Amino acid sequence: MIGLMVILLAWLAGNLLSALLSGYVSGNVLGMLILFAVLKLGVVKAETVRPAAKFLLGTMALFFIPYGVGLMESYTVILDNLWAIVVAAVLSTVVVLLVSGHTFQWVAQLKNRLKR
Amino acid sequence: MIRDLLTSDLGLLTLTVVLFVAGGAIHRRTRLMLLHPVLMTFVAMIVLLQWLKVPYAAYMEATEVLDFALGLSVVSLGYLLYEQSERLSRNLLPVLAATLMGCVAGVLSVVWIAAAMGADRVILNSIAPKSVTVPIAIAIAEPLGGVVSLTSVVVFCVGIFGAIFGPSILRWGGVKSHEAVGFSLGAASHGIGTSRAVEIGAIEGAMSGLAMALMGVATALLTPLLEQYLY
Repeated sequence: MIGLMVILLAWLAGNLLSALLSGYVSGNVLGMLILFAVLKLGVVKAETVRPAAKFLLGTMALFFIPYGVGLMESYTVILDNLWAIVVAAVLSTVVVLLVSGHTFQWVAQLKNRLKR
Repeated sequence: MIRDLLTSDLGLLTLTVVLFVAGGAIHRRTRLMLLHPVLMTFVAMIVLLQWLKVPYAAYMEATEVLDFALGLSVVSLGYLLYEQSERLSRNLLPVLAATLMGCVAGVLSVVWIAAAMGADRVILNSIAPKSVTVPIAIAIAEPLGGVVSLTSVVVFCVGIFGAIFGPSILRWGGVKSHEAVGFSLGAASHGIGTSRAVEIGAIEGAMSGLAMALMGVATALLTPLLEQYLY
């Protein structure tokens, strides 16, 4: 119960911060960063939040079902742009895989070489 | 009578959970990546709503509580980030560099390619966060005026694509270290890539979870800027 309270408080603080930033980043994402910060700073113990967080993270897929069902209304927009969406998503996924993988390897090697 | 019961708010909410649970059971039986429970639930729910003649707006209203829970689960990703951040200190520089590069390259490449193929701005803003976990992607696309149903479906398909083909693409592209392979899978295909990475090995799985959490944060913070200045 205290875990849920902490999560709600972090969300509320996130919404406040989001309003101050005139909505640049949404309140729930800022709430996530605030929750991370209070855990990292030791203001709240990880054990306190764990049960509630584990449940929410484990069931997360159910929570966005209604958004996907929105396809029943938006499919026309998607069909009009189907090829652009498919090609861009596939190529860009290959880009992310290779760019992040090579950046990781390159910086790790550089670090090791500098250490020696 | 039965139709009234099924189309009540509670009925629609219960149907959603039942289909989701059934999808999970089918997925465990077949173990086919393409029959992902979430994708099956999308399709089954759409068919059911058409059959019951329930408009989408009414369904959205009936399942409002799920949207609230989605907000809570985005916040609880902060806990995941905390858990994963214990592994950050050892690989700090490579992890931060790969997150930043992967995030910027991912957003700009998907948007530029789609724009070159004639997609308009609404589509671009819907697919810009396609590499991050669905709830964060929705939180990014919604304020930019994206079509969130498109966002959730594309993010899902990207996850499945990356989980199936990611390991071979990385091998072919010369990414070899265990840490880098795991990190890339999480960076490109979020939770679905992470579950594949866990199957490959413990190091891969851990790095993948970290990548998923950090990519979510970086993309949420950078996409509004990129949207304003670079596409």
